[in-house]
Amino acid sequence: MQDIILEARHIYKSFHDPVTVQVLNDITFSVRKGEFVSVIGKSGCGKSTLLYILSTMDTDYQGELLIDGERMTGRTDAALARIRNEKIGFVFQFHYLLNEFTVLRNVMLPGLKLNKYSEAEVEHRAMERLEMLGIGHLAMKMANRISGGEKQRVAIARALINDPHIIMGDEPTGNLDKRNSEMVFEIFRQLAEAYHQTLLIVTHDQSFAENTSRIIEMEDGRIIRH
Amino acid sequence: MNAKLIFGIAKSLLLARWKQTLVAAVGVTFSIAMFITLLGFMNGLNDLLDGLILNRTPHVRLYNEVKPSTNQPVNASPDFKESYNFIHSVKSGVTRQEIYNSGPIMQAVQADDRVLGVAPKLSTQVFFNEGTIDITGIINGIDVEEESRLFNFQDYVTAGTAIDAKNVSNSIILGKGLAEILVADIGDVVQVTTSQGERFPLKVVGYFQSGIQEIDKVQSYASISTVQKLLGKPANYITDIQIKLKDMALAPALAKEYSQLYGADAEDIQTANAQFETGSSIRSLISYAVGITLLVVAGFGIFNILNMMIFEKMDSIAILKATGFSGRDVNRIFLVIALSIGFFGGLVGLVLGFMFSVVIDNIPFNTAALPTVKTYPVNYSPVFYFIGGVFSLITTYFAGFFPARKASKVDPVEIIRGK
Repeated sequence: MQDIILEARHIYKSFHDPVTVQVLNDITFSVRKGEFVSVIGKSGCGKSTLLYILSTMDTDYQGELLIDGERMTGRTDAALARIRNEKIGFVFQFHYLLNEFTVLRNVMLPGLKLNKYSEAEVEHRAMERLEMLGIGHLAMKMANRISGGEKQRVAIARALINDPHIIMGDEPTGNLDKRNSEMVFEIFRQLAEAYHQTLLIVTHDQSFAENTSRIIEMEDGRIIRH
Repeated sequence: MNAKLIFGIAKSLLLARWKQTLVAAVGVTFSIAMFITLLGFMNGLNDLLDGLILNRTPHVRLYNEVKPSTNQPVNASPDFKESYNFIHSVKSGVTRQEIYNSGPIMQAVQADDRVLGVAPKLSTQVFFNEGTIDITGIINGIDVEEESRLFNFQDYVTAGTAIDAKNVSNSIILGKGLAEILVADIGDVVQVTTSQGERFPLKVVGYFQSGIQEIDKVQSYASISTVQKLLGKPANYITDIQIKLKDMALAPALAKEYSQLYGADAEDIQTANAQFETGSSIRSLISYAVGITLLVVAGFGIFNILNMMIFEKMDSIAILKATGFSGRDVNRIFLVIALSIGFFGGLVGLVLGFMFSVVIDNIPFNTAALPTVKTYPVNYSPVFYFIGGVFSLITTYFAGFFPARKASKVDPVEIIRGK
């Protein structure tokens, strides 16, 4: 039996504006270490909302969330920020790099924030990850001077910098063409297989999901298959 | 907390929009520069105007005032000790204007280490005879060297040299206005008549110009021995002892002390010239008010620019928060941005303010009333620079406070979802 990295227990969430709508209804599931999980479902089924709760960014819900065996519910903003920094890596639909920095610096930022390694070490680790993803030559370019596919790979490198327990992706291929989508998927697959990286990816790309090791399907705020 | 990282991010954000940053910083620079210039100029002017009177006025003056005795004989009589005595028509007695025992008093005062210096003075009223008319005037007998050292006498002698009053026997330095009335050039001899009716010729060796017309029309200076000769008095006869202190603020206390100690009247500079202090403090107040207003306006500029920057950087803030920066970190980043605008803007402002001050200091400013002043006066007191520097930081801190708090409250979910 593998370790459980992420566990959601009876999570409910509703939006109250303008009228109360139940978005998530009794979500209970867990992700084990090394799993490559995809969450699928139609638009508006609540899969993104679920991801933000799981990522600790959204704290307005009922139920319990455990990451790495620790209870996340009810913690302070600063404590959650630390956990996001240390244990979770993010890849979003839109790259969200900081345009003011070089590619290398973008990758380094969460590492510098963690303050576990010296700046030189963080830089070395960032270069390692960029090279692993085949974009080492872009390190010194400004973040807004590279293509969309490259940006997404930089974002993945950034997600990996602190050796997170889990990488979460919100439609990471949603904004990319087929070739780049495949490349990103290939990176995720490699991470899962070669490095036993736990991944939780929200997508509506059926073909993407089918190639993952586990699919969680949602409909109207409930999990209908996992 | 990783301060270096916070500073690094703040720096990158600042430099990424360097034009905006520059506009904000120029606002601070301008207001600090104006603040420094304004205060320096205002206070330079204050010092000048105060100096007109204060530099020349002794901090404590010992003299004997002509006044009725407070201790009438009847009060001394034991027979009337128990009664209340009414005395009508009290007249001033024949008080000697001379200060008794003046030599030892001067020595004792000079030995006091709160005292910078002591100068004797002997004033007398005379008539200057010009043809058929007599003009009243005052001759001040002074120790020219001490008077120059303590009260800048030589600065006000605009023609001739001050020390000639001592070196040339029977000489006089006339007030400029007085000299014009008497039509006396340097080298001419003027006739004076003392109150005792003695007539005396004195040689004019210089003109004296105080900057105050009324004074120049009646005052004149001579060496103390000349005036003693004029009055037929011995060499120890003086009417005033002028004392200059190291700290002017001690004057009222010392005046009281000396008055009791030496049995003479004593007047301190604060009592004699109260109106000058009031004028100075109000002028300072106005310049501070204007300077601080300028800074507050610059503060609003920074506030606007930071607000705009936060609006533009919503995505960046969201991603920083998503990757593990807490609200507090984001708050600090924006405060550092605001404070660096204040710091660098302020620093350049201080330098610029100093340069403006130097420029003003070199603009020619000639006025008949102020013979010693050749350029506009500027005060370079470091206090203004300190206040300016501190204020630039305080205003930018407050300007950054609310935008930074807003940035720290940005909800990353809302931004990321909103795309």
